[in-house]
Formats: sequence, C-alpha cells, structure tokens
Amino acid sequence: MATSSPVSAPPPRGARVWFGRLRNGDEVARLVTLAFACTILVVTVGLIFQLWATSALPRHKFGFGFLTSSQWNPVTGEFGALPFIYGTVVTSVLALLIAVPLGVGAAIFLAELAPPRISSTFTFFIELLAAVPSVIYGLLAFFALVPIMRDYVEPFLKRTLGFLGIFSGTIFGLGYLTAGVILAIMTLPFIISISREALLEVPTEQREAALALGATRWESTWQAVVPYARLGIFGSVFLGLARALGETMAVTMVIGNDPKVHESLFALGYSIAAIVANEFSEATTDLHVQSLVLLGLVLFLLTIVINALARLLIIATARRGSS
Amino acid sequence: MTLRNRWRKILSYMMLSLTGVCAVVAVATLFLILGYLVYNGWRSIDWNFFTQLSKPAGEAGGGMKNAIVGSFQIILLATAIGLPVGFLAGVYLAEFGGKTFAFLVRYMADLLNGVPSIVIGIFAYAVVVVPMHGNSAWAGGLALSLILIPITARSTEQFMTSVPQTLREGALALGASKWKTIATVVVPAAYRGIATGMILGVARIAGETAPLLFTSGNSDNMNGLNQPTASLPVMIFYRALSPYDDWHRQAWAAGMVLLLLVLFANIAARLILSRGIAVQK
Repeated sequence: MATSSPVSAPPPRGARVWFGRLRNGDEVARLVTLAFACTILVVTVGLIFQLWATSALPRHKFGFGFLTSSQWNPVTGEFGALPFIYGTVVTSVLALLIAVPLGVGAAIFLAELAPPRISSTFTFFIELLAAVPSVIYGLLAFFALVPIMRDYVEPFLKRTLGFLGIFSGTIFGLGYLTAGVILAIMTLPFIISISREALLEVPTEQREAALALGATRWESTWQAVVPYARLGIFGSVFLGLARALGETMAVTMVIGNDPKVHESLFALGYSIAAIVANEFSEATTDLHVQSLVLLGLVLFLLTIVINALARLLIIATARRGSS
Repeated sequence: MTLRNRWRKILSYMMLSLTGVCAVVAVATLFLILGYLVYNGWRSIDWNFFTQLSKPAGEAGGGMKNAIVGSFQIILLATAIGLPVGFLAGVYLAEFGGKTFAFLVRYMADLLNGVPSIVIGIFAYAVVVVPMHGNSAWAGGLALSLILIPITARSTEQFMTSVPQTLREGALALGASKWKTIATVVVPAAYRGIATGMILGVARIAGETAPLLFTSGNSDNMNGLNQPTASLPVMIFYRALSPYDDWHRQAWAAGMVLLLLVLFANIAARLILSRGIAVQK
C-alpha cells in the first residue's frame, strides 16, 4: 500500500538523496517501523527454532516412535505421544460434530432469514461469546457441565446407544465427551461469525435465480446459496478446529487427565495442551521437559497446517465473492 | 397442490425454523454462561475478595488482592511491550511495506497469531524463566505481549489501509513529508479503528491462562516484578480444581470479576468503533 503516489517526485537515486530523505525524517520513520516489523519475524522464527532445539533429546531417543508409542512414564523415562494426540484429535472432532451443524444453521438464519436488526444484535452477542476467556469456560464446565453429563446425558446415551463401543464403560462425568462438548461451545462463535460473512458474500442473483425456478426458500438456501459459500464455511470449520486443537484450560479441567488411549468417549483421557499445562512446571528430568516441548512442537505443527488451510479457503471465497 | 409440493413447503418451513433454533441456542448459551457466573459470583464476592491476600491451602478466608494487582502488573507489562511493537509493525505493513518482505511479515504475524497459547508459554519459559532462574511477572508479561503483537499489528494495518489514498495525496501535495503525512493525517483518520483493535487485543490477553501457568506462576504475596506473581486467571484455575468449598467460592467470584472486565472492554471497543465511522469515505 501507499507506495510513491503520483504527485511525488520521480524516484531519486544516490547516496546524497538518501541522506536528504534521512534528514526530512522519511527514512528514519521507515527504518524504525521496519525494525519493529522485523521483531515479528525474529520472534516467530525464534519460537520455531527454540521448540526444535529444546526437543532434541526425545527426538533422537525415540524418533518417530514418539508419535506412535502410548507409554508415558516419567519414572522409567518412557515417553510416547499417542494418548495425547488421540485425546486432542478425538475431543476436537467431537467438538466439530456438534458445533458445525449448529453453527452453520445459526449462520444461515442470521445471514438469510433474520431481519437486519435481529441479525446484528445476535451477531454482537455471539461475538461476545468468542471473547469469554477459556478458563471461565473451564470453570463452568467443571461445576455445571460435568454434573449434567454425569447424571443425565451420559446415562441416556449409554441406555440408548450403549451397544456401540464408544458409549460404554464407567461414567465419570469428566472425560472425552465432556471436553468435546465444552470445545463445541467455544468454537461455535467462530464458526457462526465467519460462515455468516461467507453467506453474506453470496450475490443476490444466486437466490433470485433459484426462487424464479420455483425453489422453496429452503431449497434456494440449501442448493444455491450454501454451496456458493462452501469454501468460506469450510474455512470457518478449519479455524474452529485449529482453536479446538490448541485449547488448553477448559480441556485440562474436564478431560480427566489419564494418559491412556480409550475407546469409550465416557473414559478419562488427556490432550497435548493439557499434559503440557499440568506437567511442564513439575518435570524434573531433561528428557521429561524436552518430551513436553516436543509435544508442544507437534501441537504447533498441527495448528499451522489447519490454520493455513482455513486461511486459503477463506481467501478463496472472498476472491470469488468480489469477482 | 400436489402432495410433493406440499411436502417441499413443509420441509422448507421446518428447516428454516430449525436454523432459527440454532441461532437462539447459540445466543442463549451466552446468557446462560453470564447468568450462571454472575449468580454464583455474586453470592461469593465480598470486600475481603478485594482487600485481602490469598491464603495458603487449609487456612480459611482470604481474598484475591494479590491476584488482582498481579493481573494488572502483568497486563501492563504486556501492553507496554506489545502495543508499541504491534502498532509500529502495523504502520510498516500499511505504509512502507514492499511486496515480498511485507508478505513475509504478514505471514509470520498470522502464524504467530495461530500458535496455541500454551506453546507461547513454553517459549517464554525458555527465553525468560530459565535465564532468570524462576517465575516472574516479566516472563508472564512477555508471554502475553507475544500474543498481543500480531493482533495489534494486523488490526492497525487493516484500519490504516482503509484510509483513502486521496487523503495521503492531499497532504503530500501540500509539501508534507511521508512520515508527517502518516503521523498527522493517516493515523488520526484511522485512530478509532486502531484503538478498537488495541482494546480487543488487551481484553483477549487479560483472560489468557495457559501462557501464565509456568511463566508468572502463582503466589500468595505481592512481590516485585522479578518474583512469582499471582494473576486472576491462574488463580481461578487452581482454586476451581481444589477440594475446598471456600476456594470454589473464590473461583466463582474471580471468574465473575474477570468476565465482567473482559466483556466491558469488548463492549467499549465496539462502541468506540460504531460511534462515527473509522474513516470518512
């Protein structure tokens, strides 16, 4: 943006002119802001380097076996990431299974049906929901959601769908399912507000054409409008996924902290972020600390990939919407 | 009307009302959260919460004065580092950035923005806590500033680029140098947007817990900036998971205070932005 504007002189050359620019302040301003822009670069590169450098020990000792081993025993010095990766992925996928239909439905209502006043009021409240700190979601989940899950939801699922392996076993209230539900609530606002924007980008002609062909309001929405905005909606889903993967506090408080792989969703589990939060300050051996850093690196790479996908999809819809 | 058409009509109404239900459920969640938190927090809060230090496990009573002060210290440190850096980096991206390098910085800022906050905590631990041999408010402040910098940079850039080019050309035509143009024309034209972005960023870091767990740590006293420092979010985490009823009450009270602060900041930021458009177009 704002390169040389048409009215300014043609680009001058040579050291004399550069000193002239330095004296009137432009070059100073450019260099100062450049320095601060560079700090972003330095910090991000430094962060990646730091994670890589301080996880050398387990990388060399376990290699790729780190990702597939489910042994986590600080006493014997065995560290495997599988229970944590499993827990992170299972809770995030559960969160999406709940949040995507609900979020896309709400976005359709806000973008297509609601009168502007209601739509903007609802959107305002939903964006406030996105601002609630995660530890507060954790607090509510721990004291309000856990009893509800333990006394009503999980017994009901066990009675009706108990023949499936995933809804069997002891009911604690804590566990994968509860963590998934609280993550769903936390990702919902992101999915709604970005899907809504994607739906609002859809040209009116798209709706009119479908209605003119005799489609009902729902058919026009579902068959003409939603497919047009699908990339943006997928983008919102990936963004929600990235947030769910990296979410720490709420999950730590309700997942149950058991470093094993369980088939049942009622079982206690663990997630990558939760194990780092719980054990990092208490880890004593270098191998333990570095294994936790390596888990952090795995989480970081996971979210980078998901975020990049989300951004690409959102950019792609924005381009198409404006063309 | 054939049966099939009638069915299509019914299906249409059904699905459309279902989307309305989804929206109502989403908004209702906010009010449930707010209501439940204020209900429990209001019952638990008293003057001791604001005026007394927290007590170690097993002792009854106590408040969260240290956590409130500590939170403000850490946020102040984070703001003092994060806002200037983020703002100036944003100015670079909007006004001086070329093609390749600005793209790189923008990409890195987005990358940093997407880093899970617990990973930021690991980084701040390695950079500050290890050399200082212990938790400190500095470490917590730095960790939070790393979250604040990319948010501020990107929002500053966004609002500055939406200032019309003609304003810049006008100032340049009058003989102003480029930095004078930026300082006296572009930034004032975009200041509402920039301020909104900054307030939202600070509100975001105010509730962050994960990066503080092993950077600023926790403490029952008010120490200097070089010592472990309590903060509201960390306190909520430990108190909620404790086995004591009294501590649970304190967690609720702290949760209410924190949530009200964050929501207040968010609403204020949105009011600033809507009170007059950021840029006259």
